[in-house]
Amino acid sequence: MIATLFLLFWTFFQIGLFGFGGGYAMISMIQGEVVSHYHWMTMGQFTDIVAVSQMTPGPIGINSATYVGYTAITNAGHAWYWGVLGSAVSTFAVVLPSFILMILISRFLMKYKNHPVVENVFSGLRPAVVGLLAAASLCLMTPENFSTPSECPWQFWISVGLFFFAFISTKVYKISPIHVILLCGVAGLILF
Amino acid sequence: MLPIRPIGPISPMNIYWNLFSTFFRIGLFTIGGGYAMIPLIEAKVVDEKKWIGREELLDLIAVAQSCPGIFAINIGIFIGYKLRGKWGAVVTTLGTALPSFLIILAIALVFQQFRENIYVERIFRGIRPAVVALIAAPVFKMAQMAKISRYNIWIPVAATALIWLLGFSPIYVILLAGAGGYVYGQIKEDKL
Repeated sequence: MIATLFLLFWTFFQIGLFGFGGGYAMISMIQGEVVSHYHWMTMGQFTDIVAVSQMTPGPIGINSATYVGYTAITNAGHAWYWGVLGSAVSTFAVVLPSFILMILISRFLMKYKNHPVVENVFSGLRPAVVGLLAAASLCLMTPENFSTPSECPWQFWISVGLFFFAFISTKVYKISPIHVILLCGVAGLILF
Repeated sequence: MLPIRPIGPISPMNIYWNLFSTFFRIGLFTIGGGYAMIPLIEAKVVDEKKWIGREELLDLIAVAQSCPGIFAINIGIFIGYKLRGKWGAVVTTLGTALPSFLIILAIALVFQQFRENIYVERIFRGIRPAVVALIAAPVFKMAQMAKISRYNIWIPVAATALIWLLGFSPIYVILLAGAGGYVYGQIKEDKL
């Protein structure tokens, strides 16, 4: 229990510390630690958290820290109030590094923004963040999220269709992610 | 040390409340991630409150993007720190994080029971493929912003492969990429 709280703190502290590239890149890290490494929840549960974070206001990093903190503790069989403590610990931990670093870095970067060493480090970071985003979506393409052609062809092909619908409508037609999620939710309710 | 600018006629207690309520509202109405909140920050912080200038906001966006952590939180920390030092930063951090924390906690408390419900399950079966697409969609835009060319395309590809195929933690990939950029810069310098 205390050990899980400590691990939550440590995990989200690291995520806050190395979370370059915004919410979606951060999702890739949270998934790596929370699902693949610690097995605090299944890939399906994790995807639901991302969906809920998308539909509710606020930064995705905060949303998922709060949600994961609660779910990890209650999944381990502890009472809901310990889950609330888990949320508070994870959220505090994900913000703490920003708080310390932002104050230090904003002083430093304003001064050395154009320094060659800083530019070199960022020239390596920026392309890697693109890879992080790609990996985040590839890692989520699992049988749990899409089913498989042999297990349930109906659900599989509908899922693939919904994937392309969502991709094209946000990328090409710039439809708001909230609307896309709502539409796909309605489609799921009718079709599955 | 950044100059801490006095704020005209507003009394010291009022400025803390003002910072808190402004960033609480920003946290509450941000749906769809960090970049969606830039217009809202511009309207509130630049036009209405005149806490920072428009050009300063652009610099701030660049710094907040290049720092780890949550974009919205980073911006709040910077403005709070600038106006009232570290307590100003504490107040803006709390303001930005609190709405998401409370909303997500409320959802987490009831969602565990809802998740077993057959209709909710169907809805989420439709939503999951859409979430994967929403994460995939910004990859190409990010690639453009990171100036991916045929010379550095191997970096995002390698990062994706390390995470997706080999199961590396994205945290190590980020550290490796930053270190790689630094070393590359040093070698280039030696050759000149």
